[in-house]
Amino acid sequence: MDELIIAGQAFTSRLFIGTGKFGDTGIMERALLASGSQLVTVALRRVDAGHQPDNLMAHLRHPLFRLLPNTSGVRNAREAVYAAELAREALETNWLKLEIHPDPRYLLPDPVETLAATEALAAKGFIVLPYIHADPVLCKRLESAGAAAVMPLGAPIGSNKGLCTKDFLEIIIEQSNVPVVVDAGIGAPSHAAAAMEMGADAVLVNTAIAVAGNPVAMAEAFAAAVAAGRKAYLAGLPASSNSAHASSPVLAFLDDADDFNTHQ
Amino acid sequence: MPTFETIFRQYEWDDVKGKIYSKTTADVEVALRKSRRGTEDFMALISPAAAPFLERMAALSGQLTRQRFGKTIQLYAPVYLSNECQNICTYCGFSLNNPLRRKTLTGAEMLHEIEAVKNMGFGHVLLVTGEAWQTVGMDYFSRALPIFKQHFPQISIEVQPMEEEDYRALTPLGLHSVLVYQETYHEGDYKKHHPKGRKSNFAWRLETPDRLGRAGVHKIGLGVLIGLEDWRTDSFFTALHLDYLQRTYWQTRYSISFPRLRPFSGGLPPKSIMNDRELLQLICAYRLLSPDVELSLSTRESPRFRDHLVPLGVTTMSAGSRTNPGGYAVEPDSLEQFEISDERSPAAVAEMIRRQGYSPVWKDWDDFGH
Repeated sequence: MDELIIAGQAFTSRLFIGTGKFGDTGIMERALLASGSQLVTVALRRVDAGHQPDNLMAHLRHPLFRLLPNTSGVRNAREAVYAAELAREALETNWLKLEIHPDPRYLLPDPVETLAATEALAAKGFIVLPYIHADPVLCKRLESAGAAAVMPLGAPIGSNKGLCTKDFLEIIIEQSNVPVVVDAGIGAPSHAAAAMEMGADAVLVNTAIAVAGNPVAMAEAFAAAVAAGRKAYLAGLPASSNSAHASSPVLAFLDDADDFNTHQ
Repeated sequence: MPTFETIFRQYEWDDVKGKIYSKTTADVEVALRKSRRGTEDFMALISPAAAPFLERMAALSGQLTRQRFGKTIQLYAPVYLSNECQNICTYCGFSLNNPLRRKTLTGAEMLHEIEAVKNMGFGHVLLVTGEAWQTVGMDYFSRALPIFKQHFPQISIEVQPMEEEDYRALTPLGLHSVLVYQETYHEGDYKKHHPKGRKSNFAWRLETPDRLGRAGVHKIGLGVLIGLEDWRTDSFFTALHLDYLQRTYWQTRYSISFPRLRPFSGGLPPKSIMNDRELLQLICAYRLLSPDVELSLSTRESPRFRDHLVPLGVTTMSAGSRTNPGGYAVEPDSLEQFEISDERSPAAVAEMIRRQGYSPVWKDWDDFGH
């Protein structure tokens, strides 16, 4: 059985889904169920203790989903630690997607604060999955700091641009001892399949499903793409090339009878 | 310390206006083709030359907004705390020279209003006052914010411009965002419309977003009062201000509002009229300039217009608004600052949003700083 293990927890689905941006919480729930996802993120700032009919949580409390609260909205490590503690209390989980983006325009993660917060939170017993740039050195530092997985971005969040950081993701995947979840920028099932073929352990998708014409069908498409990409990776993809190869054009001279040893 | 005024002074109103009105179809097409647009493109998009492109602008604006904000509309309620004011503003119902009974809510009265607003479902309130430093100054705000903070995760204010250290002091008490509209960037007209009171100081108001940025307030709301001057020129200066602020205070969020002058008792008629088509053009132009700026539409606008705008670029709406202090519970019948047009309940507005496949968001913030 091909399972993904994060912090001792096994997942059979390698598609993680974000719950922002959906126009209808009922459709969101159906899309999540259709995707087979077992890990769904929820922004703590959107969690409401009140009882609105639109209450997100009513649609997320489900035995199939592990909830992964995110700290979207915090600007530094201190605020992240505070938010993590609120999240642990509100959602009764010590799992956390650590997001520290002081820049509200492109929501790019702050590497310095993210590293500091990962250290602090791991020490407090949190299962920390930090959202970060596709920076291989930073990923190793986060691993040492106690991250349970790393979540490097493929492209700016919400941009649907795909794997713009491909070369760096490959290095991260090659070097990592913790699961690598490609997060942000995945805009089409083909992007998700490419990330999985590359050897990513999982992908996280939100915008591409939430704002699709039919989010439920799109969630199914992503699930199929992730499964196909994973299967291809396990099957061993042949390397690609832009030109045809003769069988051994460079070394053909070695076959010549005119060998050193024939010259006596 | 560098402020926006340095940039602002490099522009002449009449030059800018001339440039906007001489933009051509070709300029609009260039602006529409780009994936990132600047203030020069914005000029083309708000120009009369862009009017025939409105359908395309609206489609692009809607798509950019869904990509950035999803299919959501954030809801908030304005809560008027006071109508006391020492300014004369020629267009405002609460102007010093208007004879009306002045009212400032006490702590106990705030609790009545809070209960009413909370029961409607809101998690975000905008506290509004006039400018009356003796009774509604830092002491008052320092008392009011913690009272509201206990009930609402997100608090914005629209009050008189204050000092940087005042904003710094109010932030830990729960202040999230500050709206401060320049009213008009036409300095001469600004002076005509604000002849008396601290508000008559154009430069002090112009510099307020810089003080907010330096103080680290989470979000700054900008805008002009549409109708005081040529809306296109005023909106260009708003966009210029936004552009400067985004570069300078890069950790701050921004929102834009586009209040159109509404009739009130004793007011002057608007000098420049903007029709619905033009307001939609402006909203789309802001979205094409800045995919991430929040765009807010109040109950000044008609239900029909608001309904149609949901999928076209706005991100934030007020609902069920009362524009008089105590309007929700304490004194519902006192004089309002201006007449609202969309009188539907918040539940009805939320239902309208849902019917369009969008999700009304009542809470989108938690104060993680404290």
